[in-house]
Amino acid sequence: MAFAAFSSTTAPSTDPVARRRSPVALFLLLPGILYLVLFFLTPLVSLLLTSFQAPREFGDIGQYDYAFRWQNYVEVVTTYWPHIVRSFSYALAATFFALLISYPLAYFIGVKARKWPLLQSLMLVLVIAPFFISFLLRTLAWKQLFADESFVVQSLKALSLLGPEAHVTGTAFSVIFGLTYNFIPFMTLPLYTTLERLDVRYLEAGSDLYASPFQVFQKVTIPLSMPGIVAGTLLTFIPAAGDYINAGRDFLGGTGTQMMGNVIEANFLVLQNYPSAAALSIILMTVILVIVSIYVKRSGTEELL
Amino acid sequence: MKLSLGKWLLPVYSSLALLFLMIPIGYTFIYSFNDSLKSNITWRGFTFDKWLNVCNVQNGAVCQAFGNSLIIGAIATVVATTLGTMIAIAIVRYRFKFRSQTSLFLFLPMATPEVVLGAGLAAQFLSLGVPKDMLTIILAHTMFCISFVVVTVKARVASLDPALEEAGRDLYGSAWQVFARITFPLLLPGILAAALLSFALSFDDFIITNFNSGAVTTFPKYIYISAARGIPAEANVLASAVFILALVVVVTVQVSGAARARRLAKMS
Repeated sequence: MAFAAFSSTTAPSTDPVARRRSPVALFLLLPGILYLVLFFLTPLVSLLLTSFQAPREFGDIGQYDYAFRWQNYVEVVTTYWPHIVRSFSYALAATFFALLISYPLAYFIGVKARKWPLLQSLMLVLVIAPFFISFLLRTLAWKQLFADESFVVQSLKALSLLGPEAHVTGTAFSVIFGLTYNFIPFMTLPLYTTLERLDVRYLEAGSDLYASPFQVFQKVTIPLSMPGIVAGTLLTFIPAAGDYINAGRDFLGGTGTQMMGNVIEANFLVLQNYPSAAALSIILMTVILVIVSIYVKRSGTEELL
Repeated sequence: MKLSLGKWLLPVYSSLALLFLMIPIGYTFIYSFNDSLKSNITWRGFTFDKWLNVCNVQNGAVCQAFGNSLIIGAIATVVATTLGTMIAIAIVRYRFKFRSQTSLFLFLPMATPEVVLGAGLAAQFLSLGVPKDMLTIILAHTMFCISFVVVTVKARVASLDPALEEAGRDLYGSAWQVFARITFPLLLPGILAAALLSFALSFDDFIITNFNSGAVTTFPKYIYISAARGIPAEANVLASAVFILALVVVVTVQVSGAARARRLAKMS
């Protein structure tokens, strides 16, 4: 099942076997590792090299030479500063809302629904159901539902909850909404896998010791489900920061909501400004790695990796 | 009873949250029956026509894109599942130098935003002068699927009781016989789960594909390109059909898994 991948990210590493040293290990590892070196690691290196390229003298558009033009970085940061800020703030907001929406849902499926295994598996299937239908079509469906002439927007306008000239699509709201929606399953599944293993006797012990339900939640449930919270927030934050579908003009975004992904795409595939696209990608990746390593250290869940 | 509200709050909330997740799926499904013209935005009446003549629109462009996605998904799944399973077995079962570094390295592709993976590969293909076509898409998809296969199969290998393999060896099974008769069948559910996950990831990938596809169109790319001028209802038909098929597969797996668990519980 699709969520097997998520459940194992939080599984404790058990060491049942005394591991052997054997040349077989090398035979098993080499093809896959070599593949990743060729198609994951060297591309990152060539991205780094590209990010320092300089335009060829008297060359055409899209022609660059290897150089050490570090000014590329200064240029993209000054030009695309709003996009950089938007990427991380939208991703942060979407992660926050997805956690808020998913936690009670995961708690119900993982803890309260234990008595009914059939209901539990039915609900899990519904959580992963969005994965079975195209990500782009789902996002477009929201665009249609939030279009100016749609029932939702017309009703909001009739109730004066929305100004007569206001739009829903093309705003920061609709982009964050789309990101939140699309990453709820990524948040819910790891939360579910930790909450499903939560020993309810700890909660009972908390209330036996006169803790209020809120205190039990804050002092027992949350700390015990921390691995799930960390895995879920990472699985949401990382792809959300790099996403460019939700913020795309033909989807839920507008000219004022473009994120880093959008400008990387535009620079690479449309403007053929490869060094700028590469520099932005390197910045995106570096910031994410820094945030992730600080976050994982602070929350004390290094063993997850 | 003061608690009755609190008791119902969570189930009601959970149902609403799941309903919320279903909204765009329902919308896509309903609009696959829309008697629409070029773009499928306003409701023009109910028809089965789009389901019956899926490939008729735009000289079958939708179906061709869909077929490309199936081919790419199948090849990437087979390669990634093979390479990933081998790595998973090595990591759980063997001791070797740089073992923890290898694990970290395998985790990295999953922690890298897709746009970076896509742009990186495209930059590499560009600098090597490799033309972008089906092959570059397959190479890209295999790359990002491997890590997901490793985590999925690793969990299965770790839960495997080594005593079973020892028993096989004690009964004079050769290394190959032990693998083929014991290890592989026991790992199979994990390998199948990994293959399904790989296929799903590849089939729905747009971001990495967009950077490495050149003129080749996959199903998600077709939707992306058509988004500006309107997507024909036939795309909804294909997406809905995939959805139903995937749902049937998952429910079957769940039900048979539950039945097997019950049988095992009875035996013990």
